[in-house]
Amino acid sequence: QQIQEDLNKQLLGNLVSFLSRSHSDFQEKTTEWTCRMKFREIPTAALVLGVNVTDHDLTFRSLSDVLQDSITPYVALLEAKDCPGIKNLMQKLMGQLMNCDIDVDSLEDEDCVQVSQNRTRCSMSSLVSWYESTAKKTDSVTPSKKRNSSSRHWQSPPVVVIFKDMESFTTKVLQDFIVISSQHIHELPLVLIFGIATSPMIIHRLLPHSVSSLLCIELFQSLSCKEHLSTIIDKLLLTSRFPFKLGGKVLQVLINIFLYHDFSVKNFIKGFQLCIVEHFYSQPLSVLCCHLVDIKKRVCSLSHDQCENIRRLPSFRRYVEKQESGKQVELLTNDSFLKVETEKLLEGLYVYHANYVSILRCLHVFTSSLPKYPLGKQIRELHCACLENRVWETEEYESSLQLARMLNKIDLVTMLQQCVEILMSSSGKEFDKTVEKLKEFLTQFQNLEAEASQEQDVSVSSQKELQKKTDLYHLQKTLLELKESRKSKKLTKFEMLRFEVVDYIDSLVRKYLVPADDRTLHEIVYFNTAAVLRGHLNAAPRTALHTALNNPHWYLKNQALKCDGGGISNKAPDICIVYKLHLECGRLINLVDWLEAFSTVVMAAEEPNADAASSDQVDDIIHARFIRAVSELELLGFIKPSKQKTDHVARLTWGGC
Amino acid sequence: MPNLEHPAYPAADLLRLESLVPCRESQVSMLLSLFGERQQFSFPSIFIYGHTSSGKTYVMQTLLTTLQLPHVFVNCVEYFTSRLLLEEILIQLQSCSSGTEQTSPVHCDTLNDFVRLFKQAVASRELQDQTLYIVLDRAEQLREMEANILPAFLRLQELTDRNVTVVLLSEIVWELFRPNIGCFEPFTMYFPDYSIGHLQKILSQNHPPEYSADFYAAYINILLGVFYMVCRDLKELRHLAALNFAKYCEPVVRGEANERDTRKLWKNIEPHLKKAMQTVYLREISSSQWERLQHDGGEPGQLKGLSAHTHVELPYYSKFLLIAAYLASYNPVRTDKRFFLKHHGKIRKTNFMKKHEKTSNHLLGPKPFPLDRLLAILYSIVDNRVAPTANIFSQITSLVTLQLLSMVGQNDQLDGPRYKCTVSLDFIRAIAR
Repeated sequence: QQIQEDLNKQLLGNLVSFLSRSHSDFQEKTTEWTCRMKFREIPTAALVLGVNVTDHDLTFRSLSDVLQDSITPYVALLEAKDCPGIKNLMQKLMGQLMNCDIDVDSLEDEDCVQVSQNRTRCSMSSLVSWYESTAKKTDSVTPSKKRNSSSRHWQSPPVVVIFKDMESFTTKVLQDFIVISSQHIHELPLVLIFGIATSPMIIHRLLPHSVSSLLCIELFQSLSCKEHLSTIIDKLLLTSRFPFKLGGKVLQVLINIFLYHDFSVKNFIKGFQLCIVEHFYSQPLSVLCCHLVDIKKRVCSLSHDQCENIRRLPSFRRYVEKQESGKQVELLTNDSFLKVETEKLLEGLYVYHANYVSILRCLHVFTSSLPKYPLGKQIRELHCACLENRVWETEEYESSLQLARMLNKIDLVTMLQQCVEILMSSSGKEFDKTVEKLKEFLTQFQNLEAEASQEQDVSVSSQKELQKKTDLYHLQKTLLELKESRKSKKLTKFEMLRFEVVDYIDSLVRKYLVPADDRTLHEIVYFNTAAVLRGHLNAAPRTALHTALNNPHWYLKNQALKCDGGGISNKAPDICIVYKLHLECGRLINLVDWLEAFSTVVMAAEEPNADAASSDQVDDIIHARFIRAVSELELLGFIKPSKQKTDHVARLTWGGC
Repeated sequence: MPNLEHPAYPAADLLRLESLVPCRESQVSMLLSLFGERQQFSFPSIFIYGHTSSGKTYVMQTLLTTLQLPHVFVNCVEYFTSRLLLEEILIQLQSCSSGTEQTSPVHCDTLNDFVRLFKQAVASRELQDQTLYIVLDRAEQLREMEANILPAFLRLQELTDRNVTVVLLSEIVWELFRPNIGCFEPFTMYFPDYSIGHLQKILSQNHPPEYSADFYAAYINILLGVFYMVCRDLKELRHLAALNFAKYCEPVVRGEANERDTRKLWKNIEPHLKKAMQTVYLREISSSQWERLQHDGGEPGQLKGLSAHTHVELPYYSKFLLIAAYLASYNPVRTDKRFFLKHHGKIRKTNFMKKHEKTSNHLLGPKPFPLDRLLAILYSIVDNRVAPTANIFSQITSLVTLQLLSMVGQNDQLDGPRYKCTVSLDFIRAIAR
């Protein structure tokens, strides 16, 4: 569990560093503008962030943190839902600015409290006066203390106002605010930042020209969320640092949710965390999912039951079956021997991961530049493919190898160099040989090049000879010869080498990119139950409601409710009966008919003999039950009272969902 | 050109005033004659209107400050509630009457209070014999405040029984102000737009000190020649003039041309101005970017404008949702059956639909459609099965927040929400690709 917390922290750290990197250039710009503020233009940054609104929160928070650290203490974050009118906006703005001022220096605490007490006067001019007073104070009162901070911030730090979601602000509020602040731009160095989710055209749509001409807008495009995702996958999944791994199907589910539904990195990370929790919760052997250093200790402390658990793992059984009989008996009966073996296997798994990642990257280098991307453009697609099954058995792999055999020399050389770099950076010992081999290839290529240049020299000299000859026929002949010789000799050599390289890569892939399912004890570190995850993440309220009402047995776990096919059981809760009856109706439901049907269903089993008494007069209790059930359905949003006919209700759902 | 003459004010001040407000002499003299002498009661309220940047605010401000008339200047957009407005007037009144006195926070909630406090403030001052001017800029905002504000300001003189004149500045005509219960009619005055000659004169007035006035005037002439067709806004023109002047001076600085060589300079600057018209004027790129660009001498092609980034990345299902919404908005309900049910070759059908809607329903604008219809269309245009998960529903609302869809009829959100698609065909085309 602590590993998980660990991970969380690391994740956020990764994210923030990533974001701050993407924003660092942006701040430089900010500083620049405030210097060249001219006329009545308000320097404005339009930050195009993409539609993944859920992630923006984090972005803006880190952005404001960074701004606060480096440029100005005065940062206000405004959200559209807080600012329905200009008044609320100003209040919010003042509150935030003055609070953040308190944070910065506690000296002015009393002063600020006083100000906020009569905050009833929220206008720009009071903001200006506040700003002047604080700026003066920071200059004069505590020069010694302020020295370091004023080296960080400058003399008159700008006030940064961030509008988180530009689209949701009402037009009038924004217009008014901009007009007002443009009046005061000389007294109050204001910088606006608009967070834009769709496209910058929205500025023109929201603001008329007279207002937008008051802004000095500069556009910044943040990285697309897809790139964001791939960096996160890169950092989280394709490292050997974290022992926990995602299975192929699970990863596919997560990525599908990301691509199909929300583009939200935050949700992706949430899903990932859910996987972690689920894995540690459901898999009893997940104690062994830890860093290499701890494995020995944990393996030693395994109890007998846990050993039995290991023996029950399908992958372990497969492994045992492959051993000779004596060892089989040992493995199945002797706990300590099992432990030693397990440790060995786990270490093997660890090494496998390290190798897997680096070879995967190498393969990605090759495949990502091929035309049409038979194995996918992103490394995550390649990763999924490799996790699911033996990648070299797929057609895509075949075709990509075919294509790789047709690469030209420059590309090939650069790719090889990249591979060498990747392998060098990975710490696996086994790669020494591989690196050597690749380097050998490289030198061969260089030799080829050298030869080629030599040949070129030759050809140049021959061309010089040619120039001496004036005979046209001879010239043609020699040219043809030259061309032919070039084709046949040099290219064959190059091609040979190319084939060799590709074959070698192929062999590497076959050796290292074995799908994880084939490895022994993979269950310990891989989370593979995609169905569970899908159930958790893809909430389907309508379907759930439908099953609950149509088939109450599913949730209530009551044997009596187990219904048979299409019939309506009278033991089910009233609302279920009503629901089933309403499914058979059209758009408008006659309440009287409905009640009639309901009472027949209820009466059918209860007292078949008492129908004489209540044949035409419906029992009051049943009536009340019916009314309650109907109002419950209305609450759930299946029906609503219709205005067309008084004794009818309208259905709101079509079909049975 | 009538010289400003008024017996009450010293001639030097008037001369200065005249130099400060070019091309507005007739209006100023009119105002002066209205104002009369310092102690004379003036017209209770004056309404000044004119198109944007015709110098209303500027003229009033310079007039009042150069002649040192006691005045209060308030922008109604800035003080957006009546209370803020009234309090601001009182504060300014206090501060202009006595600079040293500590201004106590004023609380003024109603107009009644205002009149009382106003009387006190004026009575405490030595200015009783002078006319006090209250200038309300952007007075069209007053209409949105409480109903009694505007009529009260119009007859403030009468209400307070003091020597005060309220001046309203606005861009719209008085007829749009007049409340239906009737009110005191102010003296209305129109500021006409500046003509090209006026613009030329005003713009060339503030030439940079290191160049001669003639040189700058020639530059302004060129500038106006290019921009006058599209823009008569003085502020915009001044902005453009400042932005492009550095480029204009370049040959002179380099020594390739002297200041008289207008033809050469014109050749140099003209393409630049044309480019500026396409980009800076529309605020496609910001002025600072433009300046940087001029410094580098690079091509503006490398700097993409705001409208260049029209592409929006959307998740897979959001795209389909948006397309479905578009189809639902622009196709009549009765065609749904024909389009979506007849056969099952889905892709072919969508193409066919596109052709159809272009011809017919486009001019009518989007129509609202219920949620169920949207989902039904979505299911029929997406190839594989889509489960109605919470994700899909939340995507609809997020599309609404992005203003790509809009909710119509907010009365019953639970029962049957109806939406409208607000994006254009081009946008949908880009997405559908």
